[in-house]
Amino acid sequence: MRRFGMLTALLASTALAGAQDLSDGVVRIGVLNDQTGTYADFGGLTSVEAARMAVEDFDAAGKGMKVEIIAADHQNKADVASALARRWFDVDGVDAIADLTNSAVAIAVNTIGREQGKITLMTGPATTALTNSDCSPTGFHWVFDTYSQSVGTAKAVLEQGKKSWFLLTADYAFGHQMAAELTRVVEEGGGTIAGNVNHPLGSPDFSSYLLQAQSSGAEIVGLANAGTDTINAIKQAGEFGIAQGGQNLAGLVIVISDIHALGLETAQGLLATTAFYWDRDDASREWSKRFQEKTGRMPGMVQAGTYSSVLHYLRAIEAAGTDAGATVAAKMKEMPVDDFFAPGASVRADGRLVKDMYLVEVKSPDQSKSEWDYYNIVQTINAEDATQPLAQSTCAYAKGG
Amino acid sequence: MFELLGIPPQALFGQLLLGLINGSFYAILSLGLAIIFGLLNIINFAHGAQYMLGAFVAWMLLNYLGINYWWALLLAPLIVGITGVIIERLLVQRLYHLDHLYGLLLTFGLALIIQGVLRNQYGISGLPYTIPSQLSGGQNLGFMFLPNYRGWVVLASLVVCIATWFVIEKTRLGAYLRAATENPTLVSAFGINVPRMITLTYGFGVALAGFAGVLAAPIYSVNPNMGADLIIVVFAVVVIGGMGSILGSIITGFSLGLIEGLTKVFYPEASSVVIFVIMAIVLLIKPAGLFGRTA
Repeated sequence: MRRFGMLTALLASTALAGAQDLSDGVVRIGVLNDQTGTYADFGGLTSVEAARMAVEDFDAAGKGMKVEIIAADHQNKADVASALARRWFDVDGVDAIADLTNSAVAIAVNTIGREQGKITLMTGPATTALTNSDCSPTGFHWVFDTYSQSVGTAKAVLEQGKKSWFLLTADYAFGHQMAAELTRVVEEGGGTIAGNVNHPLGSPDFSSYLLQAQSSGAEIVGLANAGTDTINAIKQAGEFGIAQGGQNLAGLVIVISDIHALGLETAQGLLATTAFYWDRDDASREWSKRFQEKTGRMPGMVQAGTYSSVLHYLRAIEAAGTDAGATVAAKMKEMPVDDFFAPGASVRADGRLVKDMYLVEVKSPDQSKSEWDYYNIVQTINAEDATQPLAQSTCAYAKGG
Repeated sequence: MFELLGIPPQALFGQLLLGLINGSFYAILSLGLAIIFGLLNIINFAHGAQYMLGAFVAWMLLNYLGINYWWALLLAPLIVGITGVIIERLLVQRLYHLDHLYGLLLTFGLALIIQGVLRNQYGISGLPYTIPSQLSGGQNLGFMFLPNYRGWVVLASLVVCIATWFVIEKTRLGAYLRAATENPTLVSAFGINVPRMITLTYGFGVALAGFAGVLAAPIYSVNPNMGADLIIVVFAVVVIGGMGSILGSIITGFSLGLIEGLTKVFYPEASSVVIFVIMAIVLLIKPAGLFGRTA
C-alpha cells in the first residue's frame, strides 16, 4: 500500500552536472502529506504538483541542476510518516521533505530532520510547537500556525463584541495547541471560554457537540479543527440552527477547498485567516491560473506555500553552491523570499516565515462572479502581528543564533 | 429538575434523540449487511462504498440531470442496487463455494477501487448537497432544536427497517428466501429460481446501503471516504447484534446509536471507540452476538 502510494515523479534534469556540490548529484525533495484522508484537499496530490511547478519555474534543467520530486501518503499516522521519512533520508537520498500536513506528523518528521541535519519545509501543519519546543535548525514553518490563525480570526471576532466562546477541538496535537492559543487570545481580549469539547479526528457527526455548544449559551462557537472536520461542523451547524439561535461560528483553519465543498449558500459570511488568496493580485492570479490548468482546481494557501518554500529552497541551494542541510538552511534564513506568495518576506532564526496574513470574509452567492470567486479581503494583518514574537519563542536554536 | 451527573435533563434528551438519528444509519446499513450475510453468506465489505455511491448518485442526479432529492431517494438506491446485481452476477457468485474470506477480500478490493476512482475525480473535501426545501428548518422541542430533516431520517429508516423485516419474516417471498438459504437444492426442486433470488437479494441489500447514502447526503459531506469511516462501526454493530440476525441488527443499530450519543456527552474523547469496547465485551460473553443463534 505504502509503496503503491509512492509516485516517483518528474525528473527535471540534464545530463550535465552543474556547479553545485550536490549529494549524489541530485536534489531530491519528498512531498509527504495526507493524500487520501481528512486533509487530502489541504495539500494532497495538488501540493506535489505545486512543488513540480516550483522546479520548472526555478528552471533547474536550464541551470544544469538535477531536481527530483517524489511523494507519499502518510495517512495521518505519525509512525507511518516517521518510517517513510527515515527511509527517504537514509536509503533514498532525499534532501528535503515538504508539506507535512498534520501537526503530529510534522513534529515527528521535524525531529528526524533535526537529528539528521535535513531540511523540512512545513506548509501544511499548524502547531507553533514546530518553532518552539520542537523546533529544528533546519526546519522551516512556512504558511500559517495556530498563533497567526487565532490572532487573525479571533481578534476580529472579539472586536465585533463577541466575548464568550465555546470550542470544538480536534483531539490531537494541533487541536490542543489551537485551543490553547485561542484561549490566550480570547482571554487577553477580555473574553471568556464557556466550554470545550475534544472530538476525535475525522468525526462524521458533530450534532452532539453542536448541541452542547448551543446549551452553553456562548456567543461564538470556535472550530479548533480543520479539513473535513471543519466542513462537517459548519454544514451541521447550519442544519441545527446555530446562527438562528444567535450564535456565530468562527473557523480557525479554513482553506479554500473547504469553502468549495460547503458551497457559498452555507459558508457565506464566514471569517477566516489565510496566508494566500488566488485573486489577490496579478502575480497570484497568474500563478493560480497555471495551477488550475494542471490540477483542475484553484490553489489554497498550502499549495501556494509549498511552491514558495520549494522555490526558495532551490534558490538557496543555487546561492550556497551545495545541498548540505545546515548550509542551505542558513542561506534560506539570510536570503529574502521573493515570489507571489510571500513578496518581500523573510525567514527568522527559528525557521518561521514572517509574512502578512489576510482576514477574509466568504462572499454571498450573489457577490460571487465565478467559480472559486469566494473571498473578500477584509483586512491585511501585518507580518509582525501575525507571528509570535521571537522573544517569546522557546526554541533553543533561535536563542543561540 | 433533577440533574444526572451534572448534565441537565434537557441536554440529555437532546443527546438521546441525536443518538437515535445516528442509530438510524447504523440500523439501515447493518440490516443490509445482515441480509446479505444471512442469505448469501458473503461478508460484504463493499457496503460502505455502496452507501457512499448512493450519496454520489444522488449528487450526480441533481447536478448533471437536475433530478431532485425525492426522485433520487427512489432512483439512487435502484441504480446502486443494479450495480450490486451486476457485481453479484459477474464476481460474487463465483465465490459461494469458497471460504468467507474470499468474499471479504473481493468486496474489500471493490470498495477500495470505487473509493479511489471517486477520490481521483472529486477530491476528498466533499460536495455540497442541500436539504430539500420541504424539510429545511426545524422544530423547537423545548429541550433541543430538531432539524426537520433529521426527524425525517429517523422516520424513513424506521419504515424501511420494519418493512424489510416484515417481508423477510412474515411473507411467502421471505419464506422462500429463508428456505433457499437452508436448502437451495430442495427449494429449486419446487420450481423456484434460486440463483436469481440470491442475486436479487444481494441487489436489495446493496440498494439499502444506497438508500442510506441518499439520506446521508444532505447531512454529511458527500465525500469518497464517508462510507469507509462508517463501515467499520456498522460491522461492529452487526457482530454485536449477531451475524445474519435481521431483527438483531435493527435493534442493535438504534441502541448503539443511543449509547454512542451518551458517550459524546459524558466523555466525547471515547465516542469513536465505545462501540468497539461493547463489541469486545459481547464477544467475550456471548460470541454469537446478542440476537444470534449458535450454529
